[in-house]
Amino acid sequence: MLRWITLSLAACLGTIVSAFLTAGFVVGQMEQPDPGLALGLRLAAALSLALLWAPLRSLLALRSPQSARIRLADAKEWALRGIGLCVPVWLALGAEAFVSANGFAVGQTLFEPDLIRETAPMVIAAFRYNIEIFVLAEAVVLVWGLVVALARLAPGPAAAPIRFAATLYCDLFRAIPTIVAVYLIAFGLPLTGLAIFRDLSPILLAVLALALSYGAYVSEVYRAGVQSIHWSQAAASRSLGLSYLQTMRHVVVPQAVRRIVPPLLNDFISLQKDTAIVSVAGTVEAFNQAKIIAGTHFNLSAVTTVALLFILITIPQTRLADRLIERDRRRSQTGS
Amino acid sequence: MALLDLDGVGKSYGAHRVLDGIALSVDAGQITCLIGASGCGKSTLLRCINGLDPIDDGEIRLEGETVSGRGVDLNALRRQVGIVFQSYNLFPHMSVLDNVTLAPRKALGLTAAEAETRALTLLARVGLVDKARAYPDRLSGGQQQRVAIARALAMEPKLLLLDEITSALDPELVSEVLAIVRDLKADGITLLLATHEMGFARQSADKVVFLHQGKVHEEGPPAAIFGAPREPRTQEFLKSIIAAGRL
Repeated sequence: MLRWITLSLAACLGTIVSAFLTAGFVVGQMEQPDPGLALGLRLAAALSLALLWAPLRSLLALRSPQSARIRLADAKEWALRGIGLCVPVWLALGAEAFVSANGFAVGQTLFEPDLIRETAPMVIAAFRYNIEIFVLAEAVVLVWGLVVALARLAPGPAAAPIRFAATLYCDLFRAIPTIVAVYLIAFGLPLTGLAIFRDLSPILLAVLALALSYGAYVSEVYRAGVQSIHWSQAAASRSLGLSYLQTMRHVVVPQAVRRIVPPLLNDFISLQKDTAIVSVAGTVEAFNQAKIIAGTHFNLSAVTTVALLFILITIPQTRLADRLIERDRRRSQTGS
Repeated sequence: MALLDLDGVGKSYGAHRVLDGIALSVDAGQITCLIGASGCGKSTLLRCINGLDPIDDGEIRLEGETVSGRGVDLNALRRQVGIVFQSYNLFPHMSVLDNVTLAPRKALGLTAAEAETRALTLLARVGLVDKARAYPDRLSGGQQQRVAIARALAMEPKLLLLDEITSALDPELVSEVLAIVRDLKADGITLLLATHEMGFARQSADKVVFLHQGKVHEEGPPAAIFGAPREPRTQEFLKSIIAAGRL
């Protein structure tokens, strides 16, 4: 037991020392150390003294009036908590040192607060195009993916060519990197001079490219969903005189769609992030706008703004997807 | 003329001959029970009559009209022949009422109001009108099976196939389902059952058919089959049923 407490104490003390050393390092990176800021950094480092709380609780637990077994278990639990708490503090200290190293090189290149503040309105304005592209593309993909999935599942020898064509489409667009598909479609097609493509707005071309690329993935999600519905459901429906299409429409697909919401959401998150790829076609969406700003200021902080915007819209959705997956897992475990 | 005629019906799954020349007739308004050990082909036979499984040889006729083989309109056949499954197979994403009205609306073209009136009448008949708005996962096994019967009856079939409909039920729920089956007979509906409920077959069937190795081994009125079976195989089967305390 003393081994765990010693280890915990050593880890916490080591972390506290590191915190003060890092604060000193950061102050040393300043060209003209601001005494107020330096004091603030040291005070922040002093917060790490709170880590000692865990090993202290561990020692106190050893002296509690509980039975020996419970005392030892409590002491070990608190010792381990101390070690666990050190991990995020180490990571934060590492980040602090990384950003401030080389005279705040990383901080100034990627996280220049004044530049971020100044250029954020432009980047956010351009981000509107990303939102426009992914909302339209998701609407298209939702329908197109189902159409392709049903084509791949179409029964009978007459539908064999349709199945083949749908399978070929899925294979091709899952093989082509999205960035290449976007470049060929959104940048390449207007170059052909064909009337329909020449007149399409860059936004719609981007939607087309992403919808074709993601339609292939989403059709696989739909297909897995349809195939996960037990055949007895289709048998019950057919036995009542409903046709194949009626069975799909009223019995199989509605049940499949409920099941595939979480994986569908994952693909949509991925699609949203890939709207940044549209920049290769020259559309001035958020990423391209940020790169233009970066070019004029020799500083990438505006690109960090783009990253922050994507983080902002993505995290709520990933949490939602996780919750839905968890709900489905619980449901399938209780068997209802 | 019999309502349903089977003539030399054969069906194989790979090398396994599940149905081996079945000849059988079902008279209108009667209860016909198929009995036999598991794997003797009872369920397969019912699925074939409903067209869920195609047959390899022979012919199935409904009111003298051929309903098996190439080019038969299976959707039309299934509007006349209903089936209820051992595992109910209710649609879990629909309320009880929607389960019962779906096929009349989509396959028969009834309006929503007509289908609902019909469904509520049938749900009243199986004693579940108060569950019309409930979802299947809120019902007991017996209640689900009664809904499944109502759902099949909503198509007003000439013939209803019941595939071991009490086998998945807890013993205390079996009687509520069997009581409904007896009522159906009283209403003049023709029933063909695959069943392990020998007591029910003995009391309520008009004809009992013993299937063995994909063939009709012996058939006759229940008194004859249960009282004085002629074939050694039938005797053996009934002996094992009695030994298990099921008759």
